[in-house]
Amino acid sequence: MVEVFNKLADYFQNVPAVRYAFIVGILIALCASLLGVTLVLKRFSFIGDGLSHVAFGAMAVAAVVGLTDNMLLIMPVTIICAVLLLATGKNSKIKGDASVAMISVGALAIGYLLMNKFPVSGSGNVAGDVCSTLFGSTSILSLTETDVWVTIILSLIVLVLFVLFYNKIFSVTFDEDFARATGTKAGLYNLIIAIIIAVIIVLAMNVVGSLLISALIIFPALSAMRVFKSFRSVTVCAACVSVFCASTGIIISIIDGTPVGSTIVAVDIAVFVVFWIIGLIKGGVKR
Amino acid sequence: MAQLTCDSVTLGYEGKEILTDLSFSVSQGDYLCIVGENGSGKSTLMKTILGLHSPMKGTITTGDGLKPTEIGYLPQQTLVQRDFPASVREIVISGFQGKCGIRPFYSKEEKRQAAENMKKMRIEDLAKRCYRELSGGQQQRVLLARALCATQKMLLLDEPVAGLDPKVTAEMYSLINELHSEGITIIMISHDIEAAMRYATHVLHIGKDVFFGSKESFKRGMFMDGFSFNKKGGERNG
Repeated sequence: MVEVFNKLADYFQNVPAVRYAFIVGILIALCASLLGVTLVLKRFSFIGDGLSHVAFGAMAVAAVVGLTDNMLLIMPVTIICAVLLLATGKNSKIKGDASVAMISVGALAIGYLLMNKFPVSGSGNVAGDVCSTLFGSTSILSLTETDVWVTIILSLIVLVLFVLFYNKIFSVTFDEDFARATGTKAGLYNLIIAIIIAVIIVLAMNVVGSLLISALIIFPALSAMRVFKSFRSVTVCAACVSVFCASTGIIISIIDGTPVGSTIVAVDIAVFVVFWIIGLIKGGVKR
Repeated sequence: MAQLTCDSVTLGYEGKEILTDLSFSVSQGDYLCIVGENGSGKSTLMKTILGLHSPMKGTITTGDGLKPTEIGYLPQQTLVQRDFPASVREIVISGFQGKCGIRPFYSKEEKRQAAENMKKMRIEDLAKRCYRELSGGQQQRVLLARALCATQKMLLLDEPVAGLDPKVTAEMYSLINELHSEGITIIMISHDIEAAMRYATHVLHIGKDVFFGSKESFKRGMFMDGFSFNKKGGERNG
């Protein structure tokens, strides 16, 4: 055990990539968990998934076009899709579901097609490229200092927006009709929620890859909802769970050499099971 | 001057008209009961009054110092709310959200009023409880307290007693009656014609036969020719 700690401390001091991975991983996990509660409750869990596929497609396009900074293309495309999806999915549930599925599968297919037709890295290892975009693999350990700063700034913006709009997000999530009828600009806040989600997803692609992003968004929220009863406590708990899972996952993956993204998600699943059991026990005692 | 005036309004959605040429008005202190069969357009009418839909024809205007966003609203339970993790206090105070505008947090005064409204609805000891664990009647009182945060003038209640047992139903009606006697205008959508007869001052019946007028004239009409009113029928002697 001591050995492991020494190894970790050593990494931490001497390998900047490990430090970066921790900072970025924790910040992104924190941001992703905050809106999870809203997404789960609004029955929008799949939108996170759909958007991450859009981001994947955009990334493929950016790579093929030869953009030096992928973010410039991925971010706007994902935000536009988020706005479109949340705007259309508002009233007609089935239509919303179908459009999410359509956009997400479409983006995935086109992205893969492009990566195959125009191999980018020159390595000729298309399968490897695709796999690392989809599952994150080791890209979190190859972050540059600029990536870290971009993540820090965007995460701070997301956090500040969330705190400022916390009460509005609550009322729009709990009862959109009531909010609208009593003069809350529900459409505007839905738009803000959509934009924040898009930003988080693009950021999270670096950590867990595009297929696993929704896990980062919904698992902490679902875990917290098993045990806690108020919106505030659920939100705080989800944030803590998410940060805990992300840091544990990164540590395990560094020690064991497992892929970062899937390790974090595995920890998330384990925590969910624990919370689920706690919820059952607590519920049982009460009844 | 009337607080709420519907002037020859035609309602419907997706190009299909379900109610044509409906006119009525509600004044300060009225207790209007909207009755009608399922599918007669009660919910659509309610959503239109709240400004969630716009009418296909005609106008709905507010007056007498009532702003369109000052209509408190007690909705029917939605699916989302059934497993929403929120404390009673959080839900009640969210009634103030519309008044907040861009201000991010609730003021001290709003918190005090929220506590007062909870007391009025006799749910102050539930303040920290989780909404989804409450009984149907308690949940309705929570939503009523929230509606009171949004308005002190007019409440729109959508089937407030649906799914409640007789005892809780009676409690709910007397609570609404209390609010009415404090001077809050009540518009209630209901299946329950008996209750409408007991509490309401005015009745709006929509469907094939449209009637708007005082409770007394509605009763008279009911006894004379059992629910057959002419379209524009009814007088207003409120």
